[in-house]
Amino acid sequence: MEFLVASSIGVLTAAGVYLILRMRTFPIIVGISLLSYAVNVFLFATGRLALNLPPVLSKDAAGYTDPLPQALVLTAIVISFGMTAVMVMIALSAYLTTNTDSADTNDLKAASGESAQAKDETA
Amino acid sequence: MNHLVIAPVVLPATLAPLLILAIRYHLDLQRVLSVAGSAAMVAISILLLGQASGGEVFVYELGNWPAPFGIVLVLDRLSALMVALTSVLALGVALYAIGSKWDERGRHFHPLFQFQLMGVCGAFLTGDAFNLFVFFEVLLIASYGLMIHGGGGARLRAGFQYVVYNLLGSTLFLFALGTIYAVTGTLNMADLAVRIAELPEGDAALIKVGGVLLLMVFAVKAALLPLHFWLPDSYANAPAPVAALFAIMTKVGAYSILRMHTLVFAPNAPEVAGLVNGLLPPAALMTLLIGAAGALGSVQIMRMVAFAAIGSMGTLLVAVSITTPQATTAALYYMIHSTFATAAMFLVADLLIERRRDVGGALVPGAAMRHNGLLAALFFAAAIALAGMPPLSGFIGKLMVLEATGAHPISGLIWAVILIGSFLMILGFARAGSTIFWRRPEEATEKPEADDAVASAEHESVLALASVFGVLAVIVVITVLAGPVGEYLQATAAQLYAPDAYIDAVLGER
Repeated sequence: MEFLVASSIGVLTAAGVYLILRMRTFPIIVGISLLSYAVNVFLFATGRLALNLPPVLSKDAAGYTDPLPQALVLTAIVISFGMTAVMVMIALSAYLTTNTDSADTNDLKAASGESAQAKDETA
Repeated sequence: MNHLVIAPVVLPATLAPLLILAIRYHLDLQRVLSVAGSAAMVAISILLLGQASGGEVFVYELGNWPAPFGIVLVLDRLSALMVALTSVLALGVALYAIGSKWDERGRHFHPLFQFQLMGVCGAFLTGDAFNLFVFFEVLLIASYGLMIHGGGGARLRAGFQYVVYNLLGSTLFLFALGTIYAVTGTLNMADLAVRIAELPEGDAALIKVGGVLLLMVFAVKAALLPLHFWLPDSYANAPAPVAALFAIMTKVGAYSILRMHTLVFAPNAPEVAGLVNGLLPPAALMTLLIGAAGALGSVQIMRMVAFAAIGSMGTLLVAVSITTPQATTAALYYMIHSTFATAAMFLVADLLIERRRDVGGALVPGAAMRHNGLLAALFFAAAIALAGMPPLSGFIGKLMVLEATGAHPISGLIWAVILIGSFLMILGFARAGSTIFWRRPEEATEKPEADDAVASAEHESVLALASVFGVLAVIVVITVLAGPVGEYLQATAAQLYAPDAYIDAVLGER
C-alpha cells in the first residue's frame, strides 16, 4: 500500500516535470495537471494511510482516519481545476493571436510578424 | 471580536462581484466605486494601523471557531503595516489606471483589481498556513487576469509563462504544507510554532524538508535567484499600472519569509537553524547583482525597471535573511520604500512609452516629446529613489541595511555587493535617462508635430500625472517622517522577535 501510493506520486511527479520542460503549451498544461494529481495524492497520504476507518468521531469506531487532509485535497482540487481552466484560456488566446503553440517569448517576432494590435506593444 | 480586522478582505470581496455582476458595462460607475473602495481601504488600514500600534495582537476567529480548529485572521503591527502599504499603493495605481485610460483597453480591470487586493490583504492578515495558500491563489488568479489585460501576442505569451511558473510554485506550496502537516498535525501558524518547538528528535529532518520547500515557494514569489526567471518577462509585458501593483506581490514573498521564520520556525530552533541565515544571504546577494546588471544591460525601459525591481528585492532579502531586530527594522523600512519606488518607476516608464510613439519602450533616441522637462524630472526622482541615492528614502533604507549588516560574518562582501549594485543601477538609469531625454535621432525627421500633438492630446490626463506625483509624494513622506516610521518599525521588529504574545493571543492561555 505504502509502496503503491509513494510510487504513484513519484511517477506522476516525474511525468509532470518532464512534460513541463517541453516547449509547447499543450504538454505543459498536461504536465501541470499531472503534478496537481500527484500533489493531491500526496496530501491524502499526509493524514496517514488508513483503510475502512470512519473520518467522523463515533462511539463504536476502532480508529479514525484524519478528515482534515481530505478537506485540504478538496480545496486543492477546486483551485487546480480553476487554474487549469484559466491556463487553457490564456494558452488558447496566445495561440490564436500569434499562430504558434510555442511557450517561448523569444521566437515571437519571427512567428507573428506585426501583431501590434495593441499600441502599447513593447516587444 | 474586532470586526475591523476582516474588513480589508470583506470590502474588496463584496465590491468586486458587484462591479462584475451589476455594473459590468458602466465603466464610469466602476471607476467611481473602485476608487471609493480603494480610498475606504486606505481609511480602514489607517484605523488598523492605529489599533495595532499599541502592541496588542488582535485575533479574528472566522465562524467563531477557536484557534487550532478554525481559521484565524491575526492583526499585529506587521500585518497592519503591510495592509496599509497595499491599500495606499492600490489607490495610487487605481487612479493612474483611470487617468491613463489603461482600464479601457480590456475588460474587467476594476473587478480583477479588487480581487487582487482581497488576496494580498488576506495573505497579510491570515494566521493559518493553508489559508495563506488559498489567499495566494486568490491573488494569483486575479493577477493572471490583470497580467494579460489588454491582450496582444507578447503579453499573452508572457502571461502564459507567468501562470505556469506560479502554478508550479503553488504545487510546491501544497507539497510543503503536506509535509509540515504530516509531521505536526496542524497548519495554524501559532500552533505550528508550539509543536515545532517540542518536536521529537526523529522528525527534525522531515520538518526541515518542509521548511526548505516552503522557503522555495516564497523565494519564487520574492523573485529570489535562481527562481526569478518569471519576473522580467511578465513585468515587462504587463500593463504598466498592473506592473506597478505587482510591486507589492514580490513583497508578499518577503513578508511570508519574515513571518514564517520569526513565528513558526523560530530563528534559534535547532531543527531549522540556519535555514534563513544560511541559505538566503548568498542567493539574495546574487539577486541584487543580477538585478543591477540586468538594469544596466536592458534595451527596453520596462525590462530595465523590472530588473531594477529584482535588484531592490535583493537588497530587501539581504536584510530579511539576517535575523536580528535591527536588520528586520531595516528590511521593513526598505520594503515600504522599494514598493513605492518600483511602482513609481513603472508608472513613469508608462508615461514615457505613451509619449514616445515612434520608438515605444526601446531605449534609443526618439523624437522630441511633450512634457520633456517634467517627465525628465519625474524619471530623475524615481530613479534616485530606486537606486538608493540621497536625499530620498532609498538612501536611508540602504544605510539602515548596511548598518544592520555591520556585525555579520561576511559584512564586507555584503557591503561591497550592495554598493556595487547601487552603482550599476545608477549607471543604468543615467544611461537610460540621457538616451531618452537628451539625445535625438541623427537625421532629425521633421515629423508633423502638430498631428502628433493633436492625436495624443486626447490621451492627455492630469490625473495620470497627478497619481505619479502622489506615489512619489509617499516616498518623500516616508523620507521626511523617517524618525516616527522607524520607531514604529522598531516596535514591529521587537514584536516579531517576541512571538509569545502572538501565540498566546491566538491559542489563548495555554
